[in-house]
Amino acid sequence: MQSKTVQTKHAAVRYLEGGSGEPLVFLHGAGGMTENDPLLAELASRFHVYAPFIPGYGETEECETLRDMLDFALHGWDVVEALGLKNPILVGHSMGGMIAAEMAALAPNDVSRLALICPAGLWLDEHPIVDMFSLLPFEMPKYLFHDPEAGAAQMTSGLDMSDPKFLQTYLVRNARQLGMAGKLLFPIPERGLAERLYRVKAKTVIVWGESDKMIPPVYGPAFQAKIAGAKLVKVAEAGHMVISEKPAEVAKAVEAVA
Amino acid sequence: MKFTWFNLMPWPYLPDDFREKHHSVWVDIDQRLFDPAKSNAVYNTYMDLLEYADTLGFDGIGVNEHHQNGYGIMPSPNIIAAGLARRTKNAALVVLGNSIALYNPPVRVAEEFAMLDCISGGRLVAGFPVGTSMDTNYCYGQIPALTREKYAEAHDLIIKAWTTRDPFAFNGRYNKLRHVNIWPRPIQQPHPPIHIPGGGSVETYDFCIDNTYSYSYLSFSGYLRAQALMDGYWRRVEERGAPDKSPYRAGFAQTICVAETDEEAERLYWPHVSYFYNRCLHVYPGFADAPGYRTIKTIQTGALSQYAPPRGGYTQLTWKDLVEGGHVIAGSPETVRQRLEELAKGLHVGNIFCLMHVGDMPAEKCMYSTKLFAEKVMPKLRNVFPEFADDERFWTHPLQQRAVPGSLGPAPTTAPGAAPARAPIPAE
Repeated sequence: MQSKTVQTKHAAVRYLEGGSGEPLVFLHGAGGMTENDPLLAELASRFHVYAPFIPGYGETEECETLRDMLDFALHGWDVVEALGLKNPILVGHSMGGMIAAEMAALAPNDVSRLALICPAGLWLDEHPIVDMFSLLPFEMPKYLFHDPEAGAAQMTSGLDMSDPKFLQTYLVRNARQLGMAGKLLFPIPERGLAERLYRVKAKTVIVWGESDKMIPPVYGPAFQAKIAGAKLVKVAEAGHMVISEKPAEVAKAVEAVA
Repeated sequence: MKFTWFNLMPWPYLPDDFREKHHSVWVDIDQRLFDPAKSNAVYNTYMDLLEYADTLGFDGIGVNEHHQNGYGIMPSPNIIAAGLARRTKNAALVVLGNSIALYNPPVRVAEEFAMLDCISGGRLVAGFPVGTSMDTNYCYGQIPALTREKYAEAHDLIIKAWTTRDPFAFNGRYNKLRHVNIWPRPIQQPHPPIHIPGGGSVETYDFCIDNTYSYSYLSFSGYLRAQALMDGYWRRVEERGAPDKSPYRAGFAQTICVAETDEEAERLYWPHVSYFYNRCLHVYPGFADAPGYRTIKTIQTGALSQYAPPRGGYTQLTWKDLVEGGHVIAGSPETVRQRLEELAKGLHVGNIFCLMHVGDMPAEKCMYSTKLFAEKVMPKLRNVFPEFADDERFWTHPLQQRAVPGSLGPAPTTAPGAAPARAPIPAE
């Protein structure tokens, strides 16, 4: 994947680009995205992938003028426009899925294929979603992965948490990223999407890791019920990070709507 | 020097194994640990102690706002301050403060503070904290990265409400009000003195300096650890071109325990100090600092949240550690005097918030310590900053003649006459 930058009204947006074929825009989750992302690699073997970083992620600065759901959704369309794309396949994971769903509800005639991978955006009182903002780093893996040990190793590989300089950088990055994510997800990751999903016209697939403990799989059918004709694909032995635990399965599900 | 007797109002019945068995003293504290029937005596004793401090000549009595918190049973400091306004005579009511980003609309704070100022005859010090991340974000659900913008808007609205004499429209991002027209308004003009609690962010330094507000560092880690932070503040005061470096531009909270001798202080107060540091400060670190709550600039300066416990936690700290490390100033009146003078001069602060009720301290010990402080320490420290003795900008300006609560005579037995109840209000 190549790292590039495109300018929108609000920010200089860094994005990763790679592969060839139909254009596909991938929106990452609150945890961010790296150039070695296994799902991006899978997608790039089938599509021309554009994966923009939300301002604050990917070593970019946070953006003060993006404050609420509408700002983020319109910013998403600004990025698509700035990239010169028409009707790209729209794919989002977790928070990115929430934004992608909003974009599709907001401009239903501009997106005909949509893939939501364990998206945020709904809230069921009987199934409260964990408060990810109050979790300490060492508590994260058990919510994110089907295999927390392997997940933890993957999250911390090459990092030295005992180095104060690293810790400082980590804190700044965390504040930038989750500070921005908090505008959509804090304290409850719901901003009225349920009332707008009826507008989505895209052919939609919803993908969920069966072991997801961050946003439990019960949210899959809840999304499915609100988007006409949506298909739900459950992935075994995968958690919220189904995108890194089972990237090939996810890519296959995306391909099925493309 | 101005001395404010401060009570955080800790719940005094946290169990011995609180730290081991419970997740956090704040946010998700086990509600079953609160006993409403017992709280009746706790609240009234705590208010009695604040009133007692007024009778001993403290300049102020202080209250603050915390939510869902085992060491502060005061989600609404204004309710406590209203009680104190009636039962105290001279002390300033230092409400430190109202977390103004939490009030919808913040005009409510302008109104309640005005009421307190009117009832107390102009004795209010108004505190405007951003609020801790525990209170503001985790308990009251404010979005961390938007909290400061909302705070700033609330501040502008309150000040405008206090100082504008005609109805105005306020079209803010977070507050849309077509008719702002505060009624009542404060006695103190243009508004009560404002103190801003802060934790080391440069933005807050500048906010205080530019508006002539007093910057209050409310820490539990004592004056020795505060040196770097306060040095940063005073450097900024200079850089920003403030006209003076009055020590009343700053305040500092310090735990203080006085006894006849240093040994007696340890014997009397150690259990309660230990209760405070070991149980009351048992905050789950995940609640200490929601991402986005502090600015990037502040994190880059290296200031860690004061609720991030010291390495190894507080459990390993002994009385000796806490006293020598300056977390607690304790001992004989002479010891306390020396160390407080060191604090005041070292940090260059004129407003001292004396945390004299500590943890589960019973009233009689608290009164003993408070009385010794008022009689044997306070008088000797009055004149630490003689060159700023006339600086009145950061303290209250009460009415000379104030109403005396509870001074109604007996009810008349015949119909009262038609004489006007009072003279007309003179034109401003």
